[in-house]
Amino acid sequence: MAGSGTAHLRPGLERSLVVDDLVVEFRVAAGTVHAVSGLNLDLVPGETLGILGESGCGKSSAGRAVMQLPPPTSGTVRLGDTDLTDLKPRAMRKARARMQLVLQDPVSALNPRRKVKDLVVEGLEIWGWGDRNRDTYVDELLTSVGLDPETVREKRPHELSGGQCQRVCIARSLALDPDVLICDEPVSSLDVSVQAQILNLLEQARERFGLSMVFIAHDVAVVKNISDRVLVMYLGKTCEVLPSAGLESAALHPYTRLLLASVPSEADADRAIDPARGGAETTELPSPLDPPSGCRFRTRCPLASELCAAQEPQLRELRPGQFVACHHPERAVEE
Amino acid sequence: MLAPEPVIVRRRDTRAVLLVTGLLLLAAGSALAVWASGTTVLVTLVRMLVLVAGILAAIAGLGRLARAARGKPVDVVFWLAMAWLVLILGAAALAPWLPLGNHDDSVAGLTAPIFAPPGGLGADHPLGTNNYGLDVLARAVFGARTSILVALLAVLIGTVVGGLVGMVSGFVRGTTDRVVGVLSNALLAVPPLILLIALGTVLDPSIRSIAFALSLLTIPSMVRLARANTITVAQREYVLAARALGANRMRLLLREVLPNVVLPVLSLAVVMISVLVVAEASLSFLGIGIEQPTPTWGNMIAEGQGGVMEENPFIVVVPGICLFLTVFSFNLLGERAQKRWDPRSAKL
Amino acid sequence: MSTPLLEVVDLRTVFHTTRGDVRAVDGVSFSLMAGETLGLVGESGSGKSVLGRSVMGLITNGATTTVSGQVLLEGTDVHALKPSARRKLWGPAVAMVFQDPMTSLNPVKRVGTHLTETLRRHLRCSRSEATERAVDLLRQVGIPEPARRLAQYPHELSGGMRQRVVIATALACDPRLLIADEPTTALDVTVQKQILDLLGSLVAERNMAMLLVSHDLGAVAGRTDRVQVMYAGRTVESGETRPVFAAPEHPYTEALLASIPQLSHPPHTVLRAIEGNPPDMARPPAGCRFAPRCGRVGEDCTDVLPMLSVVLGPSQREGRREVACHHPVLTDPVLTEELGHGR
Repeated sequence: MAGSGTAHLRPGLERSLVVDDLVVEFRVAAGTVHAVSGLNLDLVPGETLGILGESGCGKSSAGRAVMQLPPPTSGTVRLGDTDLTDLKPRAMRKARARMQLVLQDPVSALNPRRKVKDLVVEGLEIWGWGDRNRDTYVDELLTSVGLDPETVREKRPHELSGGQCQRVCIARSLALDPDVLICDEPVSSLDVSVQAQILNLLEQARERFGLSMVFIAHDVAVVKNISDRVLVMYLGKTCEVLPSAGLESAALHPYTRLLLASVPSEADADRAIDPARGGAETTELPSPLDPPSGCRFRTRCPLASELCAAQEPQLRELRPGQFVACHHPERAVEE
Repeated sequence: MLAPEPVIVRRRDTRAVLLVTGLLLLAAGSALAVWASGTTVLVTLVRMLVLVAGILAAIAGLGRLARAARGKPVDVVFWLAMAWLVLILGAAALAPWLPLGNHDDSVAGLTAPIFAPPGGLGADHPLGTNNYGLDVLARAVFGARTSILVALLAVLIGTVVGGLVGMVSGFVRGTTDRVVGVLSNALLAVPPLILLIALGTVLDPSIRSIAFALSLLTIPSMVRLARANTITVAQREYVLAARALGANRMRLLLREVLPNVVLPVLSLAVVMISVLVVAEASLSFLGIGIEQPTPTWGNMIAEGQGGVMEENPFIVVVPGICLFLTVFSFNLLGERAQKRWDPRSAKL
Repeated sequence: MSTPLLEVVDLRTVFHTTRGDVRAVDGVSFSLMAGETLGLVGESGSGKSVLGRSVMGLITNGATTTVSGQVLLEGTDVHALKPSARRKLWGPAVAMVFQDPMTSLNPVKRVGTHLTETLRRHLRCSRSEATERAVDLLRQVGIPEPARRLAQYPHELSGGMRQRVVIATALACDPRLLIADEPTTALDVTVQKQILDLLGSLVAERNMAMLLVSHDLGAVAGRTDRVQVMYAGRTVESGETRPVFAAPEHPYTEALLASIPQLSHPPHTVLRAIEGNPPDMARPPAGCRFAPRCGRVGEDCTDVLPMLSVVLGPSQREGRREVACHHPVLTDPVLTEELGHGR
């Protein structure tokens, strides 16, 4: 897995977001961290793309680089007809506001010293109110995310629960009527029962505001639930792009299958469990400072061959709509 | 999940027990303290120990009474310290209008007794006079005026300049940050007393120039604190969220960063006041600060040099106690403020 | 019937705070046999972690905390012991694995030191014996090249390896009871499974009892014999894991299970969210704690606190089931019977 390619892009369709060959690298004392190495993706209006991967796979860096926060090392990001990568600062800020970000920790994503009624309309204070009336718009926004304006309007973030803070964050993102919403692990810091509230809310918001969404998360079931298409990332590279319907049985990439096998279930008790003595699965994640040659997953892959070390696999369409970057997908099927 | 900020609640003390033991402690402590300050039976060292023990007992008694009244533990020392601050700041602010004796007119002092011992309330000189016949109480109050004014002015300059420079350099980073870092480290590397003495020889000994010199002591630590807090805040996700909404740098700095940096900076400022009160006193003691006959606590203490203190201890004891209590109180206040507002201890 | 290894009777842990008394654990009872794994599940604030720590004796009576009820570990009441006697239990009788492997290892001590210190303190063995046993322990928890790892510092290991070291340290003195408090929450998805596998096989090999505290229903579902569902400091349902998850009796258990996205569901399935938020434990609602958020709430629910009762309905066939609800999902309330404890 962990390859490159553009086979999964859909240049024939109207697209709200196109990311082309995105590279994000950070300089650190020990060298260069290759956080994202050549990510391609596109989004048609109203679509939700899930980006699935473990910590350190570069999914969050990718989300932020798309927002130009900070701008990527290289690669282009096109939002509608605007190429964000060569805009002047003010034009960039203006264009970027058409994309919005929902973050993992809703409490720290809100300025602790400000009140909810000021937080939700921050974007409008920057870009102007148009013909909106401030008070009614605040209430309208809060109501649209399922909050009671009377009780929360005058509160500060620390007086609200995590779920309520995430609702405020979503309201703040929707206030500017964006085209694209990028959600970076928006439910992973929330309790199970609250997760469902937020997932349902995002789904409603997408339909109501006609949004396209990029949903970044590590939980396969959550990503499957909210997405139309899922892109699986490993160490800054794309492993597989596939429709989310039927993903649990259709997945071909060995890494996607490892993720699926790691989902805890009632059946775990029945499986013969060998106490994790060695085996490829216990191999540690390679350092993003010095990623493996060829396919980046090969050090943990049960199917790895010499070819995988020598040559990087490209994304190939193996089934309609399903693109896999692996030299040996047929062996994955046999297993 | 663990419970937030538990407090110690002892259940066995009833209100009546608190009331009785509190009154007893307060009465016994005050009696002990009064006796120890007046008696000649004991050697000075023992007298001092008994005095301190009496004061501590009285404070413990007050604590119990306050707990009986409020129903929960009260930090009596803190509130006593605040009462002292209100008293001394009030007296300093209103000094010219208070019915006080002669504090700086040494010509008029010729007619007054010199080294008159403290006469107590109602006497002409409640805390005695000095070698020019000037009233010690009046000098202590006017001394507070100078000492505290100098410290406040210096802290104000230091906080505004240091805070702004620190915030901007922490937010902009890059070359600006490196230059500011080198400059503030250089300033920290000079021993403060030597810096002050050097400045004292160059500048005229007015309140304004002393305040300016002292503010140089506070600037580097202010820069560091503001910079460190700004760096933490700038990495917080709400700053990222504001950038995603399209906020420009000025807005980020004023709306997102400043409100979250100003409180820790202010709490350091309060601690700095006490440091500067001491620094000013040291300068005036050495004779390179405010000059006689204008009183400050530092030059008042200096009057005790040359055998005066042995004969007339009150000359040194009065400004000494004022200085001690004021510094102690500002420190308590600053410590409270830091506990409450410094993001490293608060759970924001 | 053999005596249980651990018996918890009407345990209450109350924190005295400036906001009033927080009843983090409010009358919980259960027992655990050797070789058995009990799952404690609940959301944050349900009291499951405080319960785990109270069982361990890490939270005990003090100036800010009152613990009442009994925690009988092999017949000894943990909270009645002197602190020094309680510390002697930690290691040989009961050990704990915490959530964050980074903070539960001392960053300036080598992996080997963590292990040999514990071994030498409790087993009073020589340095070389301790080292030998440490290598053996690391091998048992699946760490490759154990001898080399002894000389490494915690930051040189990955999160999963660190958690294995924590587990090895906990196992050093062969405890009879292992309390695992969210042992996989801080780990990556693929590593979580490995750690759960490891814990499962260690429990089976050593005939240990394990208390698995977790918010992850999936993890608990496949790894425990029995499960106890907690809400706002109280047990709402308990029973054998499989039937509880297959046919929950308490509306909270049912709603919690329904709110989790399942891989088997098609995309864009609308989830059944539980509206509202868990109660403030300093001011819990009168009556059933779940009543304000419950879909089956009746008039009695807001006044009368339901007690844990044995269910005599259809789910009874699949092992003993207890539920604290006036209107259980499957069973007619007439068929429940109040238990002798748990008030």
